[in-house]
Amino acid sequence: MNKARSNLLNSFAAHAVLITYTLIALFPVFVILINSFKTRKAIFREPLSLPNADSFSLIGYETVLKQGDFFLYFQNSLIVTVVSLFLVLLFGAMAAFALSEYRFKGNTLMGLYLALGIMIPIRIGTVAILDLMVQTGLVNTLWALILVYTAQGLPLAVFILSEFMRQVSDDLKNAGRIDGLSEYTIFFRLVLPLVRPAMATVAVFNMIPIWNDLWFPLILAPAEETKTLTLGSQVFIGQFVTDWNAVLSALSLAILPVMALYVIFSRQLIRGITSGAVK
Amino acid sequence: MISSKKGPKFRWHILVFLAPAVLVYTAIMIMPLFNTLRLALYSEVDNATVFVGLANFRTLFGEAHWADAFWNALGNNFWFFFVHMIVQNPIGILLAAILSHPRLRFASLYRSAIFVPTILSFVIVGFAWKLILSPIWGIAPSMLDMVGLKSLMAPWLGKEEYALTTLALISVWQFVGIPMMLIYAALLSIPEEVLEAGEIDGITGAAAFWKIKLPLILPSIGIISILTFVGNFNAFDLIYAAQGALAGPNFSTDILGTFMYRTFFGFQLQLGDPHMGSAIATGMFAIILLGVCIYLFAIQSRMRRYQF
Repeated sequence: MNKARSNLLNSFAAHAVLITYTLIALFPVFVILINSFKTRKAIFREPLSLPNADSFSLIGYETVLKQGDFFLYFQNSLIVTVVSLFLVLLFGAMAAFALSEYRFKGNTLMGLYLALGIMIPIRIGTVAILDLMVQTGLVNTLWALILVYTAQGLPLAVFILSEFMRQVSDDLKNAGRIDGLSEYTIFFRLVLPLVRPAMATVAVFNMIPIWNDLWFPLILAPAEETKTLTLGSQVFIGQFVTDWNAVLSALSLAILPVMALYVIFSRQLIRGITSGAVK
Repeated sequence: MISSKKGPKFRWHILVFLAPAVLVYTAIMIMPLFNTLRLALYSEVDNATVFVGLANFRTLFGEAHWADAFWNALGNNFWFFFVHMIVQNPIGILLAAILSHPRLRFASLYRSAIFVPTILSFVIVGFAWKLILSPIWGIAPSMLDMVGLKSLMAPWLGKEEYALTTLALISVWQFVGIPMMLIYAALLSIPEEVLEAGEIDGITGAAAFWKIKLPLILPSIGIISILTFVGNFNAFDLIYAAQGALAGPNFSTDILGTFMYRTFFGFQLQLGDPHMGSAIATGMFAIILLGVCIYLFAIQSRMRRYQF
């Protein structure tokens, strides 16, 4: 009896802590979203109330869509993220297969070399990366960003994928070899489908930092036609600091795509982290 | 490792599999890294690049206005890291400990909600908090008024003495989901038998947490610490989004990332200088390398690995 009561009390306290923190985590997002649909007066008079018939207004969104090319920014972000992820997964899986499947001179050394980049941030080399992109004429193209994000994502991808590829059964691959399949066919047809969950984990880990990055778009591709959504909203908001309707609407527009991605991939992301893939 | 059945035929497919990753990684990551370290030893004199040895570093540490800016940024960076360590990790551990309770309802709902800030970009987070803390808008003052603490209200991001700590706390708010998830995973992987053995010895509840669970999740706390360290010492986006490249007020929120950006690209009246920028990048590289080495040799090697 006594124990049951203390359990109830404990679980009440646990929920209280969690609900409090959930509110702290979601409050800013909530405030931005509801105020983006209000008139300027209502934003200041009652910042915490939901928009109603009186205070509802889309004026901020109209300004944003007229002034900033958010569809172009969105398209740029999407291209950069999708192509980088594709290259990270393809190149990463190929290298991971070579390292985990074949014994050759320098295998361990190559693994260590590729793992260096897990801990050393690529930003340290920014000065020389900009030099390189200027020399090759890639500056202010999406390719500059794609190449940088591919290089940035490869070390962890190779590390995680080679761990998983070691678990693929040798019998299966050898059966394929006896049937006369080439090494390439074995990789693409037999091994890749089996490590799909690990590939999804790698993709989700890389997706959010690429989508949200501000540093490299700012330095390598600040031109109007190559701006990503993150850089675009940063510049746009900087110009419209006094137009609260526009700023709040621009923030909401920037939040939406990430939230959509999160809703789609959250299970994969959480499973990836909690499966201890990054250790 | 040398192949035991080394045939006379060269195995081309290994090269094909490795080449793309190694090429991209070497060309875009490793070469620029070393080139940046090399550029720090050069300088621009009369439109020609000349080798100047360690002169850039002598300027950085010797000339008062450079040295002051550098030590200010480094000191701020350490404070930024310190706030993360003492606020982010305890909150993360607390949330994870509650979430890992086996009969907790709605656990996955809480988990997903608390992780939301982590997926938002620094630009969104920086501007959102700037608006919320703004004295003009009045969300923060009216909320403090509700709990009777209106006297505590101050323009936190505008005052030199509060701005850096406020930004560090905003960053903690954003990233608390990561330690929470990693420690949650570590707590779930503790086998039931270990806890039951403790229960038989009379260790339950809070005592079980301190005496059994906490020692077992120490390796995860080590990993989180080094991830936070590396992340903090190349942070830039949040400060840039909230305070601009000048890291105001009066450089009180300047950290190494913003300092390097300003030096590299120039600002206001000062011209950009890639060579001084490289010198600062070299400094950041050294600090991060030192941190990683301390972690690998001093912390990780001493930590006992528990095998179940």
